[in-house]
Amino acid sequence: MADFNEYMDTVNREAYHDGEWQWQEGDLTVTRTTHWSPPGCHMGCGVLLYTKDNTLVKVEGDPLNSVASGKLCMRCLDMPEAVNSPDRLKYPLKRDGERGENKWRRISWDEALDEIEIKVKDIKKNFGSPSIVVVHGTGRNIGWQVPYFASAAMETPNVSTFGFTGFACYLPRMIGTSAKFGDMVLADASQCHPDRYANKDWAVPGCIVIWGNEPIKSNADGFLGHWLVQCVQQGSKIISIDPRLTWWGARSAYWLPVRPGTDAVVGMALLNVIIAEDLYDHDFVEKWTYGFEALAERVADKTPEWASQYCDCDPDDLRGAARLMATSSSCAIQWGLAFEQQLAALGVTECAADLMAITGNIDNPGGNIFIRCAFLIEKRYGLGDDLIDPEVYNLKLISKTSGINESNIVSCADTDAILSAIETGEPYPIKMFWIQSSNALACPGMDAPRVYAALNSVDFVVVADPFMTPTAVAVADIVLPVAMSCERNSVRTWWTPVRSMVKVTSYYEAHSDEQIVMDVGKRLCPENWPFATDEEFATWYLLDQRSPGGTLFDKDFRQLVEQGGTEYWDWDETYYKYEKGLLRPDGQPGFNTPTGRIELWSFGYDRWGVDPLPYHLEPPESPLSTPETFKDFPLVLSGGGRSFEFFHSEHRQLPTMREFHPWPLVMINPVDAEKYGIRDQTWVWLENSRGARCKQLATITEQTKAGIVHAEHGWWFPEQEAASPNFFGTFDSNLNNLTQAFYVGQGGIGSPIKSMLCKVYPVQDGDKLPHEVVAEQGNYAQWEPGQRYPDIEEPLVTYIK
Amino acid sequence: MKALLVNYEYCTGCHSCEVACRNELGLAAGEFGIKITEVGPYKYTEDLGLENNWEWVYVPVLTKACNLCEDRSKLGKLPSCVQACQAWCLYYGEAEDLVKKFDGKTRWSLFSK
Repeated sequence: MADFNEYMDTVNREAYHDGEWQWQEGDLTVTRTTHWSPPGCHMGCGVLLYTKDNTLVKVEGDPLNSVASGKLCMRCLDMPEAVNSPDRLKYPLKRDGERGENKWRRISWDEALDEIEIKVKDIKKNFGSPSIVVVHGTGRNIGWQVPYFASAAMETPNVSTFGFTGFACYLPRMIGTSAKFGDMVLADASQCHPDRYANKDWAVPGCIVIWGNEPIKSNADGFLGHWLVQCVQQGSKIISIDPRLTWWGARSAYWLPVRPGTDAVVGMALLNVIIAEDLYDHDFVEKWTYGFEALAERVADKTPEWASQYCDCDPDDLRGAARLMATSSSCAIQWGLAFEQQLAALGVTECAADLMAITGNIDNPGGNIFIRCAFLIEKRYGLGDDLIDPEVYNLKLISKTSGINESNIVSCADTDAILSAIETGEPYPIKMFWIQSSNALACPGMDAPRVYAALNSVDFVVVADPFMTPTAVAVADIVLPVAMSCERNSVRTWWTPVRSMVKVTSYYEAHSDEQIVMDVGKRLCPENWPFATDEEFATWYLLDQRSPGGTLFDKDFRQLVEQGGTEYWDWDETYYKYEKGLLRPDGQPGFNTPTGRIELWSFGYDRWGVDPLPYHLEPPESPLSTPETFKDFPLVLSGGGRSFEFFHSEHRQLPTMREFHPWPLVMINPVDAEKYGIRDQTWVWLENSRGARCKQLATITEQTKAGIVHAEHGWWFPEQEAASPNFFGTFDSNLNNLTQAFYVGQGGIGSPIKSMLCKVYPVQDGDKLPHEVVAEQGNYAQWEPGQRYPDIEEPLVTYIK
Repeated sequence: MKALLVNYEYCTGCHSCEVACRNELGLAAGEFGIKITEVGPYKYTEDLGLENNWEWVYVPVLTKACNLCEDRSKLGKLPSCVQACQAWCLYYGEAEDLVKKFDGKTRWSLFSK
């Protein structure tokens, strides 16, 4: 077992320059700071940047930074290859040919800003500012900067990721727990304590449930997956709920290989066992929850035997897992993206939240801690949206049918409503896209050919990115070069600690995300951009943000940088906050919900028009819902699992990453490979019922069960032809050729991305490639503007409650 | 004698040691000072009487390029692979001290030259 105290005691603090933030080692300057992006992930680990003559030479983890204790992933270790990549954009570019021809003319920043200013002012005047859509990529260090830019410069309420139906990334878990708990929740791996695993209040989780994610590869939602590996070394038992065998499943007490898209059935069965066997925490339930009887009634018939017919898990394993969860010293649930990449997103979230609550694993050591962003610096998504004229804000593109949108709990616009506005011109036409660090065609854009058609019909598109991406080549009129993490002054709080990144190098005319939004903002709405420098902008974020009283932080950007770049917040490391009156505005004990209790029957859900108790929605195509289609498309297609080498569509141009992971891989079980004539390491087509397909390289492995295949997302090939119709090959291996827009779960939340049906067959010489199909006929099937594809087969099984 | 100890029960195959090492040694693409090998995944046909009957394990192997980071050690720094190891499963020190970590439960391996 790794001994954290021994490790920290034996680290030579002098050798790592404890207390200094910058020093010399030979001819190299070393800077102690943190990294976020670009290139990105969701974390902000402590790093030591080695620079010489304005060049990043080497990156190491910082053993004295508590976020990762010197441990560092291969992407950060390889950062110099990204920062110094010959593929990087050096200058602003203006399109010098037709869209897609990849012909560009270098222009100055002044020329770029002039043109953007003229165009934006013209669009605002003639069409209204909501006809501008602002897009940013997930996990990039622009989560507060770009929403503020949308509000305070573009004056549009339409800020969003684009092409990503059903808010299918983390947001459902956040709003779900906000409704039921009044706060957000994270598995407790000691990450809120600066002294980490040595903290006297912390306890190792008795049991860790890894549910719907592979955290050592994804590190999603501000949670570093390897923290839990350290917990396992200290004794945590593992329950893995995942259709794939992962590192966790192979070391688990119970692996529940759920059929993709049926996690809520698993959750209801676990609840059933814990309640039926009287294993729940009576004291906690009586004191702190509301609606237990209704929950018990809902799951009374959801036995493991009942569940197994839907989720394909062994009833005894379901029962054993439930008992382990309820009887462990504590139980932490590390949940993931699979929650919302299925239709019953909010139903699965309810199950997990209820499991935490009825076992009393709420804000307890080694359980599930309540968390707010450090020092309340980041209060909510959508910074500055109150600056927009209310009449204009009311024009935000949201689904008319979604109760969640009507409640305005979600600050971002609805991507399907944006797509519909582009395709139909209703309720108003979309005239401009500002895309900052998002690669819609390669990555988030569901039904990628349709997203391409939509973006290509927009009059004016600006893309800001470190690299020329398929999206930029295909639709951009102006491309702006973005600086990397070591080239920017920035701050973040995604939970705790608050972290700074400091600029130590520069690259040609690449500007930081902060500099870009400030420069454009000053042209458009100078009153909202009183910052002389990026450091002032960062300090304003840390201390002020326009609010009376500001934040709870008291150091400016430079002070944070010079103390090494991090500071922890004591609120986040305090346990049992609900007993201490730390959650409610009135200072009373309890939870920040209407009832003051954890709502097992949720008033928030009910108000949104969502089932207030756990429920399941069967995927629109599945072995149970469409048995006829299943005969011809006999494999469940899941996808989007992460790999160590890449963050979404990033890192594909780096030789080291491609050395380790050259091609997109689809996992196929040996039984299916035999049945469908697939040989290992050969290219195969994945095709769905509307004829859409993509090709990936087969890897024959026990990591996926027979009957389920798993494909990768985010692929493009920077080494291939950039110009139309190839677009770096981004359509050819794109799993999103098979996904679709406008198919959402209750409340407009959740999308069946990870639970489709497909068939698999070998690629033959001369097969028509997807990019050729897109060039010749636009897409694999026809659609009505603003509408989803008609069902091939009416689903038999839909809503189970 | 200096050695590297691996508690490979917990190696996640994350490649951090491989890349950190290559950075330190300046090796070319395809060359390594430490390289992870993989066994599995497969499920034993016989029930071994264990909690989990799956086998899937990674073991890092030192190549002849490894010098146990002599230069870093002189500066008081950890070997680059040990510092970067995200799974906390690598240890560096005197061989006779390291073997005392063997716990009789999890799988370990000691590397030296």
